[in-house]
Amino acid sequence: MRTRGSDQARALAQGLGWFSIALGMAEVLAPHRVTRATGLHGHERLVSSYGMREIATGIGLLTAKDPAPWVWGRVGGDALDLGTLAAGVAGPDRERSGIAFLATLGIAALDIACALALQRPSRPAMAAFRKRSGLPKPPGAMRGAASDFVVPADMRTPEALRPWGSR
Amino acid sequence: MRALCWHGKQDIRCDTVPDPKIEHPRDAIIRVTACAICGSDLHLYDGFMPSMESGDIMGHEFMGVVEEVGSENKALKKGDRIVVPFTITCGQCEQCRRGNFSVCERSNRNKAMADKVFGHSTAGLFGYSHLTGGYAGGQAEYVRIPFADTTHVKVPEGVTDEQVLFLGDIFPTGWQAAVQCDIQPTDTVAIWGCGPVGQFAIRSAVLLGAKQVIAIDRVPERLAMAEAGGATTIDFSKESVVERLNDLTQGKGPEKCIDAVGMEAHATATLDSIYDRAKQAVMLESDRPHVLREMMYVCRPAGTLSIPGVYGGLIDKVPFGMAMNKGLTFRMGQTHVARWTDDLLKRIVEGQIDPSFVITHTVGMAEGPGMYKTFRDKQDGCIKVVIKP
Ligand SMILES: NC(=O)c1ccc[n+]([C@@H]2O[C@H](COP(=O)([O-])OP(=O)(O)OC[C@H]3O[C@@H](n4cnc5c(N)ncnc54)[C@H](O)[C@@H]3O)[C@@H](O)[C@H]2O)c1
Ligand SMILES: [Zn+2]
Ligand SMILES: [Zn+2]
Repeated sequence: MRTRGSDQARALAQGLGWFSIALGMAEVLAPHRVTRATGLHGHERLVSSYGMREIATGIGLLTAKDPAPWVWGRVGGDALDLGTLAAGVAGPDRERSGIAFLATLGIAALDIACALALQRPSRPAMAAFRKRSGLPKPPGAMRGAASDFVVPADMRTPEALRPWGSR
Repeated sequence: MRALCWHGKQDIRCDTVPDPKIEHPRDAIIRVTACAICGSDLHLYDGFMPSMESGDIMGHEFMGVVEEVGSENKALKKGDRIVVPFTITCGQCEQCRRGNFSVCERSNRNKAMADKVFGHSTAGLFGYSHLTGGYAGGQAEYVRIPFADTTHVKVPEGVTDEQVLFLGDIFPTGWQAAVQCDIQPTDTVAIWGCGPVGQFAIRSAVLLGAKQVIAIDRVPERLAMAEAGGATTIDFSKESVVERLNDLTQGKGPEKCIDAVGMEAHATATLDSIYDRAKQAVMLESDRPHVLREMMYVCRPAGTLSIPGVYGGLIDKVPFGMAMNKGLTFRMGQTHVARWTDDLLKRIVEGQIDPSFVITHTVGMAEGPGMYKTFRDKQDGCIKVVIKP
């Protein structure tokens, strides 16, 4: 029953879920285009396996009750992507790999922010509610404090149903 | 002026609308200093109450300072600080003279419609659909009070708005729920729902001397607040309500049961509440009576069911044979607010209770629409929202 994170954080996690699925589909269905755009020629197999990972994470994000662990999963994936792209920067197409590296860095920052926001409990501490009695003394001491009140005749329990001799 | 207006299901907006005017010599206009969102407003928000129209001003729990009075209104003058009961009462009809203010025979100006729907009309209510008069509500900067000379509670100096605001609705509602139980010192009172109404019912039952008060909900902070008020709690999402209630009453069931939930009872894992969800979704049933069924089942024979929870229309699969054979007494209705306010105001002033304990959120008018959602979804520990226009 307890929910974690604000509405905005949950909405962001949903958005990241769709993003994962879209990126994952592109990596699986058109790995050549992806490698060309990111300067990772020859790594098509690796990229399409990353695509499978993205799709799984996306489904997790969209269906899980608590998206937080899946967002942390994305952060881990970002680290893998950054490592691969860093290797690309050392390769022949350093400019494209560099741009992709920076873009991924931005997304990683967003993922981390989202994961942290989801971690924050959205419910205030329970102890505060346990103090909200509204009564000047402990409830036990207030029992019957209003027994000066006379229940109006039309709201009394019908005579026949009252405990024997109660009135 | 600015006001929170209904525009459809889950669509409340902070609109700019014309200021109200005196329409009848008994009227008054007040400048609202504080108002609240009530659980009953959620039934309008969720679109379960018929006869709402786009642009209707919401709100029936409010207080303020008198700005203007009609020529025949001798009871009020400019500058008076008043709380306004949500049930509009003429003070003169046969029902008002009996103290049955929520069924005043004259304050509903759409009497013909209400006669058709209810058989006989009930009182006019603020901001609660055209079936109850179509009166503009109190989630606004100004409100016209019809029958203002008999529909007000004057507030003395020295108490804050937060302490007296709920005299207009939820405090008398929780109180009447307990009073209707005619509590005996040997009684166990079980209360379904730990929303604001349930919270006041718990405290009222304690003050009226119940031996044991048991409160049922599933929202952790509401259960914690129920404990603070002296209740033993049951989390219906984690344990069997019927089993626990029987355990706590030596297998005999509680003598008195209060339904402070109403028509939007949440589905538990039981078959009947899934059945209700489905039927309500296809409009074969308008209300979900899960709590009513549970109360009929678990209540001790010859016990009383007190029902402040609001129902709007038809319910289904209600075990009436069970209720009849057990000889249960049913008590229900919109609250006869003015019947209790003098006594309850005295208890507040004397310090027997401070109703402000229930407030978790205080916001301005512009944040009002968002707070409907926060309150309905019990986000951010929300239990009661006060709006300061
Ligand atoms: N009779 C009157 O004059 C009057 C006045 C004010 C409010 N009401 C009604 O009282 C009811 C409660 O109002 P509120 O302001 O406390 O609203 P609320 O919506 O804040 O409280 C309802 C509570 O019931 C709980 N609940 C839902 N299903 C349940 C179940 N199966 N068992 C136990 N608890 C369950 C919810 O978790 C919630 O905490 C509403 O129906 C409202 O319309 C009646
Ligand atoms: Zn109300
Ligand atoms: Zn009347």
